[in-house]
Amino acid sequence: MESSQHASLQASELSCFRDERLLFSNLNFSLHAGETLLLEGANGSGKTSLLRILCGFREADAGEIYWCGSKIADSSYYDDMAYVGHADGTKKELTVLENLKFALALGSAGKYDIEQALDKVQLAGFDDNPVHTLSAGQKRRLSLARLLITHNLLWILDEPFTSLDRQGIKLIESLMAEHIEQGGMAVLTSHHDLSMADLNLQRIHLQACQ
Amino acid sequence: MLVVTLFPLAVGAQPNLLRAMAPGVIWVSALLAALLSLDGLFRSDFEDGSLEQMLLSPHALSVLVLGKIIAHWLVTGLPLLLVAPLLAVFLGLPQQAMGTLWLTLILATPLLSLIGAIGVALTVGLRRGGMLLSLLVLPLYVPVLIFASGAVDRAASGLPVGAQLYILLAMLLSALVLVPLPTAAALKMSVN
Repeated sequence: MESSQHASLQASELSCFRDERLLFSNLNFSLHAGETLLLEGANGSGKTSLLRILCGFREADAGEIYWCGSKIADSSYYDDMAYVGHADGTKKELTVLENLKFALALGSAGKYDIEQALDKVQLAGFDDNPVHTLSAGQKRRLSLARLLITHNLLWILDEPFTSLDRQGIKLIESLMAEHIEQGGMAVLTSHHDLSMADLNLQRIHLQACQ
Repeated sequence: MLVVTLFPLAVGAQPNLLRAMAPGVIWVSALLAALLSLDGLFRSDFEDGSLEQMLLSPHALSVLVLGKIIAHWLVTGLPLLLVAPLLAVFLGLPQQAMGTLWLTLILATPLLSLIGAIGVALTVGLRRGGMLLSLLVLPLYVPVLIFASGAVDRAASGLPVGAQLYILLAMLLSALVLVPLPTAAALKMSVN
């Protein structure tokens, strides 16, 4: 595990093909503690592919990613990162509490315990509800609660605000701001602009090539 | 179990025929039960994103995979072990073969779960994976079937079954060691 001061994520000369289309090439960026990276671009421009490469689900067709100076495969990357993607990552048949216990078992304990995390995402009292009875917004907040209970420095979020109403969006933005303030980092894609002020925000805009 | 109860009804009241076929019938049903339940092993995890979370976990994927396979066996193989005596009586399997039936079930049902897991891992990302899964897995199941069913057959006739049981044990031990790693790799490919 890394301490937050020295954490850094670097992408060097990344390129990615999908179905013989070049999505992006020679992509470079560098992210340090307390910074946020926002990926913008139209649908199909490669945002999700880039995120999936950052998660290690697929290899980039060229280039490397470095976590704290070493390649992600050789470092404590997976110890220090957490991902919330399109799919919620929760099991519908299990209860809210069971899902979070499972998430905790897959990682290591973080800042908040399960009760506190549920409180923070405004799902307190839903412990024993099976996930399939939750609304879409509640399910999304549950998957984001996972970020709070495990130790992580880097949040990788793919459209985290989908299914959330305005209140939900403000809630998640405040959780993100708290995470960043405490030395964390985040990479996210979002169709809607972040309204958080005082963010060390980098933007990468992916253009769909013809 | 349903399949097994259908056999006496379809074949008619011919105790000798049923008795001779009993090991085979029980074993084919065990096989089909394992095959049909395999899809559940990783598919729901794949679809709701839990598989991705497992891949991102700092814990070794092979260990998680082994855990899932054990869970699968507990849910599919273990009930079969409990029901087997009933089925054997139903088909008229001789008493002396009962012990062997149990042993082959204990040895080979985990084997079916293990072998099946590789197939599931390879096909979980595909839309119509079910057919391909059967095609991949059945040829690997055949040796297990031959040894297990053969052992029970021989036991029914009073012949020694040491060789078959030892081979099943060897297959089980190798599978325990050899299956988790490629399964984890196949899952990574499928998520890609």
